[in-house]
Amino acid sequence: MRFLIRERAVGVIRQRAAGVLCLLAACSMRAAWAEGPLGSPSIFAPSSTPARTILDLSWFVIAITGGIFVTVGGLLAWALIRYRARKDDELSEPPQIYGSTQVEMAWTVIPILIVVVLFLTTTRIIFAIQDAPEPPAALDVTVVGHQFWWEFRYPKLGIVTANELHVPVSTAQDPRPTFLRLMSADVDHSFWVPELAGKTDLIPNHPNEMWIDPHRTGLFLGQCAQFCGLEHAKMLLRVYVDTPEQFDAWVEQQKQAGVQDPAVAAGRHVFETEACTNCHTIAGTAARGTFGPDLTHLASRATIAAGAAMNTPQNLRAWIQDPNTFKPGALMPAMQLSDEQVDELVAYLDTLH
Amino acid sequence: MADQTLPIAGTIDVTPRRRSAAQMLEWLHGWVVTVDHKRLGILYMVYGIFFLLVAGVEALAIRIQLAWPNNHFLSPETYNEFFTMHGTTMVFLVGMTIVFGFGNYLVPLMVGARDMAFPRLNAFSFWLTALGGLLLYYSFIGGFGLYGMGAAPDVGWWAYAPLTARAFSPGHATDYWALSLIVMGFGTLGTAINIIATTLSMRCRGMSLLRMPLFVWLMLVVSGLTLVTITPLTAAQIMLTIDRYLGGHFFDTQAGGSAVVWMHFFWIFGHPEVYVLVMPAFGIASEIIPVFSRKAIFGYPAMVAASVGIAFVSLGVWAHHMFTVGMTSVGNTFFVLSTMLVGIPTGIKIFNWLATLWGGKIQFRVPMLFCLAFLIQFLCAGLTGIMLSVAPWNWQLHNSYFVIAHFHYVLVGAIVFNIFAGIYYWYPKVTGRMLDETLGKWHFWLFFIGFHVTFDTMHFVGFLGMPRSIYTYEPDRGWAHLNFVISMGGMVQGIAVLIFAWNLVHSYFKGKEAGNDPWDAWTLEWAVPSPPPVYNFAADPEVHSRRPLWDLKHPEDPDWKYEA
Repeated sequence: MRFLIRERAVGVIRQRAAGVLCLLAACSMRAAWAEGPLGSPSIFAPSSTPARTILDLSWFVIAITGGIFVTVGGLLAWALIRYRARKDDELSEPPQIYGSTQVEMAWTVIPILIVVVLFLTTTRIIFAIQDAPEPPAALDVTVVGHQFWWEFRYPKLGIVTANELHVPVSTAQDPRPTFLRLMSADVDHSFWVPELAGKTDLIPNHPNEMWIDPHRTGLFLGQCAQFCGLEHAKMLLRVYVDTPEQFDAWVEQQKQAGVQDPAVAAGRHVFETEACTNCHTIAGTAARGTFGPDLTHLASRATIAAGAAMNTPQNLRAWIQDPNTFKPGALMPAMQLSDEQVDELVAYLDTLH
Repeated sequence: MADQTLPIAGTIDVTPRRRSAAQMLEWLHGWVVTVDHKRLGILYMVYGIFFLLVAGVEALAIRIQLAWPNNHFLSPETYNEFFTMHGTTMVFLVGMTIVFGFGNYLVPLMVGARDMAFPRLNAFSFWLTALGGLLLYYSFIGGFGLYGMGAAPDVGWWAYAPLTARAFSPGHATDYWALSLIVMGFGTLGTAINIIATTLSMRCRGMSLLRMPLFVWLMLVVSGLTLVTITPLTAAQIMLTIDRYLGGHFFDTQAGGSAVVWMHFFWIFGHPEVYVLVMPAFGIASEIIPVFSRKAIFGYPAMVAASVGIAFVSLGVWAHHMFTVGMTSVGNTFFVLSTMLVGIPTGIKIFNWLATLWGGKIQFRVPMLFCLAFLIQFLCAGLTGIMLSVAPWNWQLHNSYFVIAHFHYVLVGAIVFNIFAGIYYWYPKVTGRMLDETLGKWHFWLFFIGFHVTFDTMHFVGFLGMPRSIYTYEPDRGWAHLNFVISMGGMVQGIAVLIFAWNLVHSYFKGKEAGNDPWDAWTLEWAVPSPPPVYNFAADPEVHSRRPLWDLKHPEDPDWKYEA
């Protein structure tokens, strides 16, 4: 699954495109530095084989198109300076030239050759990424797009979670790629985490596949990349790449049923007797809804509302009172609970580690 | 439109100085019932420029909303409506109408005809298009969608299924969108048929197909392409309407329909549509660049062949909009190849324009400035197009701001720039007065700078992972500064367009008299008075080369001696 093309010509191409690289790097780093600790989900910072292979191919294409731009742009600039009308000879017309078969043949053949090179290179990468076989050690995850959140199912592990995907790191010694099966419960969505791979759409009735093999641990950001309705902008996506130990521990925790803490039984009662159960599941309780995210381990997640807000008691409270606070148009209704009920409910949800 | 020569000397002009109300009504009536190709051309242009301003305001509202993260200038509902309406308006109500406006006005004049082949079909087509636009905009007050009183379409101008199904788009907003596109589609088909008939059967004596001006050639090619591409669009809208009202399941994925089929229908229309819009712009450039280089167009037969070639290849590239929908690797490969092939005839065109400049005496008048900016911008647009045709890279770039930047480079950098060039070039012919050159230069430079500030920067936010169609973004993504810059560029473009609009009005009353041939040009429209009389040519003209007026002006060195 390693791609030879990368090891070969790319070193040279990289140097030739160094100017562009500097510009881009300066651009992305400056922005990242100015904005906060996470930085941009830039396609120029790949951390997974598909993204890295694509970037290497892009440098090759940038070098060729950059060369064309400099050549043709230079000729144009030269023509404009050299052949500008001058004050002293406005009256006479320049010699009329109607064409030249040789010259025209030349600038037809050269582009054809460039196209051949670009096409063959591209084809190789298409097959390398798209048709890569799934190794036995791979992790399977089914991603289901919903208006406006992500459902993640780990069929072999029996885990269901939402909006925050956990995958193990994949190293050369211990390759553990993750293969994603992409589906949709309603309209078209698109799974895009630029540092890990290109995007693939989630289309109802049309399952798709893609794979990632993150090379380093950490948090990778992305979001839905196909317009899916009112809150498309807030259908954010977080991928946590864990060390093998962290990942195994996470799996163990997620396999448990929901925590049952008698101290917050009142909150659980609210959850089970109000409309919450129509849409949400908490394993080990009567709640079996599937329209909204699984909440069995809600407190283990860093965010709520598909990344629209951090998972704090205040935000959770505001969200339950009126989801429009963070996400006007989210499909969850305002729950119309009393203050006391909300307090109990938030206390309960907060124990669901 | 005054007759310069009254036949009887000494008659007394008794026309009252002020127009009475009845005369105003008569004047208006004249415009409504007109079948004159020139008046219809002007109607198309005025209509297109009006909607250019409307859709421009929508674009500026979008840019204000995105200038800061988590801005609240527009609600999510309004934002989604605005980007849908901006796209739909710019393509169908601005691009198509202005392109066909130029075609209507110029094709008969350039081929030495007195009118289009079917003048009444021509009028019918315009009024259908006009009705379609009104229908689309009526949705703002009559849409009765999810969100209260009026609701404009909010599903994107590509309107992917199943978001357009009644389950996800209740109300009538989507219906207004579909119906207006059907209505406008029929108008467009009528005009396309008309232009084909006119170019094939109304040319004056001596004007063989290979002596037609390139603009006419390109309008002919575009009209042929229109016949092929509007049909699947109309079919898809009818299927959508059947789904929504008669219980059809073409795109209803809950009942076994296919979302991907909609994409195929839409893009087999949508991609050639880009060429329908850009090829008349090529035509405009192919008229203006030679005149202001003072040279014949270089490689005329190759230019014609390349245009026809682009039209054919453009019919086989649509699924490069769908590299991320999960086609097979072989399918992806096919569309990579077909898309890259478009680059070859397009490259030939750019080289030919360049060779036309080479050895000329280039005059930097306002129309030429816009055409030269077009050349460099279209080169960039073509190169980013090559980048996007590389399917694996497309998996990253698709639906990001890089794509937005790319297609605005085509639609604004190439098409709108050439539309401006064409208006500066032919306005004297249409009105008899020159557009103000100083205002024109202000317009050009502000628009040029604003364009580059906006759309150059957009490529980079795309690299940084910003997807399209989002009404706001998170502050921690590193996109805020760049978005602010983009929005500022948008404002500069807005100012430039206002200067242009003012120039159009101001010069109509105060502009310099143009005369028949202010640019010392070579095609037939410059042989008639400005504005041309209703009948265009008092006597049928006869031509002997591609540049009849060159032959007249240079009898010692006429073109027909050299043309192959």
